[in-house]
Amino acid sequence: MTKAAVDRVYLFGTCLIDVFHPEAGMATVRLLEREGVEVIFPPEQTCCGQPPYNSGYDDQARTVARQVVERFAEPIPVIVPSGSCAGMLRHHYPDLLADDPLADAARDLAARTYELHEFLHRILAVKLEDHGEPVTVVMHTACSARREMGVREDGLALLGQLANVTVCEPENAEACCGFGGTFAVKMPEISVAMASDKCQAVRASGADQLLSSDCGCLLNIDGMLRKQGNALPAHHLATFLWERTGGAS
Amino acid sequence: MSGFTSQPDQDFGVRIHEALEDAELRESFHGAMTFLREKRRSQFPDPDALENLRDSGAAIRDRALAKLPDLLEQLEDRCRHNGIQVHWAETSDEANAIITGLIQSVHGQRIVKGKSMATEEIGLNTALEAAGFTCLESDMGEYIVQQAGETPSHIIMPAIHRNKASIARQFADQIPDTPYTEDVDELIGTGRRVLRQAFAHADVGISGVNFAIAETGTLCLVENEGNGRMSTTVPDTHIAVMGIEKVIEKLADLPDLMRLLPRSATGQAITTYINLISGPRRDDECDGPRQVHLVLVDNGRSRIYADRELRATLRCIRCGACMNHCPVYERLGGHAYGTVYPGPIGQVVMPQLFGLDKAGKLTQACSLNGACGEACPVRIPLPDLIRRLRHEGVTDDPASPVRGHGRQRQASEALIWRVWATIHAHPRLYRLVTRLATRSRRLLPPLPRAWTARRARLEPAPRSFHEQMAQRRQTEPRP
Repeated sequence: MTKAAVDRVYLFGTCLIDVFHPEAGMATVRLLEREGVEVIFPPEQTCCGQPPYNSGYDDQARTVARQVVERFAEPIPVIVPSGSCAGMLRHHYPDLLADDPLADAARDLAARTYELHEFLHRILAVKLEDHGEPVTVVMHTACSARREMGVREDGLALLGQLANVTVCEPENAEACCGFGGTFAVKMPEISVAMASDKCQAVRASGADQLLSSDCGCLLNIDGMLRKQGNALPAHHLATFLWERTGGAS
Repeated sequence: MSGFTSQPDQDFGVRIHEALEDAELRESFHGAMTFLREKRRSQFPDPDALENLRDSGAAIRDRALAKLPDLLEQLEDRCRHNGIQVHWAETSDEANAIITGLIQSVHGQRIVKGKSMATEEIGLNTALEAAGFTCLESDMGEYIVQQAGETPSHIIMPAIHRNKASIARQFADQIPDTPYTEDVDELIGTGRRVLRQAFAHADVGISGVNFAIAETGTLCLVENEGNGRMSTTVPDTHIAVMGIEKVIEKLADLPDLMRLLPRSATGQAITTYINLISGPRRDDECDGPRQVHLVLVDNGRSRIYADRELRATLRCIRCGACMNHCPVYERLGGHAYGTVYPGPIGQVVMPQLFGLDKAGKLTQACSLNGACGEACPVRIPLPDLIRRLRHEGVTDDPASPVRGHGRQRQASEALIWRVWATIHAHPRLYRLVTRLATRSRRLLPPLPRAWTARRARLEPAPRSFHEQMAQRRQTEPRP
């Protein structure tokens, strides 16, 4: 798909963005629109179905997945500002719906699903101009963004275009932050042990701000840092990119 | 019970708590796993070459599994031709009975064993003790844990949870005429002396098998300390024990697996010893065992084999890379799992071998972060298999292929997901719920303490994204 071919995309907003980080959703819309892309946001969307899927409740996940497939039916790219939800659509829907009448549609949807930063960087090849003051940010790439979607480089490349932004990654960057959806509440002790180490590495980076392209990780790391009383501003990467590049919300 | 060091699901929470409270243990595992990951990384400097090699490893294992019944027949045939006696065991009890019978038939007294996870899995040492035999573990790590009355905490490095001071105390207490020293070379020297004595007088040697080559009837054993070679060469009788999945088709398959196994396991380019055993001592040879036996153990593997997706479990070459890369294993160590195979592969193998009713809870100790799948040299999709087993654990489908299926299902959790699906399948209901969450934050049911004990309360935004988009549609009509 070349840049010229993309004039309309779907936005899959994700349930965590909907409730906890709507500004990241708005930033996503505006980043895309600025590139001349029309953003279609089907208002009937809810969640991708990953929580029950990861818990083994396939029937419940399938119920929700079918609707996503039906509501994003037009053959245009589906943009997801979250590695794990994008991974769900791209890598797990085809298996989850393999024996469903929607099997073909699910495979088609998977093939045109993109994580936001992957789409901005690889497909739209956006050029960003930094309008902000010098700042150091620490970027946490979610496990699903890193491994399932392979988009770590895209997020870093976009940040790399910002002249006044110094980017670092926490020590042991590839380690999971311990969120893992329901893992955080099903195995709280292990999750807390993992999150504590991640928080320590984030603090040790000395950065002024924490960024992530996944709201689950952000809620987890930021939630613990705030409880510890030493939080730093934490934003979704899309919010940061939009605000740095002159966007007014 | 064979395969378990305790009841894995029972008290799993207690063991997790104890492991996390043990600062020394956490420190040891963190250090060891970081070291091993870095060593492995340095062995694979070219990412493309690594991916090609992983493709090759996965293909070799898959090809072997696709022909497993035929290859096992061919292996049996070639081994017999070479003078190796082949025995089949469907269960661990059968395997133990066969091995005990073999030892009795040669009037074995002094038994040494090289490192073998298959014999751990079937609980061989316990079975031999019950039959009146003592079997000395001859791998240094295994020797240390056996002497301490413990079990291995890692499949490659059995004593990785132990530090030199505690081993120094143990040796000084338990080995006669041994002064206390924390000098590692001296400690190893002490262990060696004991083991050399045992090798010199052993009449039965037991070993595992890393790969068995069907084409030639050859048993391949990989090791670093020479104890495997001693155990299989000095005693008059050698008994090799292997899971049926360890067969490979051709000798030519071995080099790529040898490129993957030690580098994935210990970050070594190659191990000190690769033993290729193709039969007992010949008439013109001056050493080697007079009898070689191969015990092929099923112990639930046929069941795993029958499911197309779960079959990938059997590709495993027991390198331990998945546990070395697992953030949960790194923090808990192996013993917390209560199983012979810990970590990601253990979370996949144990529930299948012994049932989801006994080991299903293990599948929850995973954040599905994918590090294990990324590390696996033969591309076992471990996160997918863990998720699949979670499904089998809670499914009410009576046709589920996994033993103990549905036994992890809790009515309360099933209800939560039913309600969840109803809300998320009805957009108006979803909007109502998110509106309540954003508008009336105080009315939100409190999140489980599991979240809030160490994290700030989740704060919904004042206006949801859906609402903002709806408002935008009205106020800023798009072209």
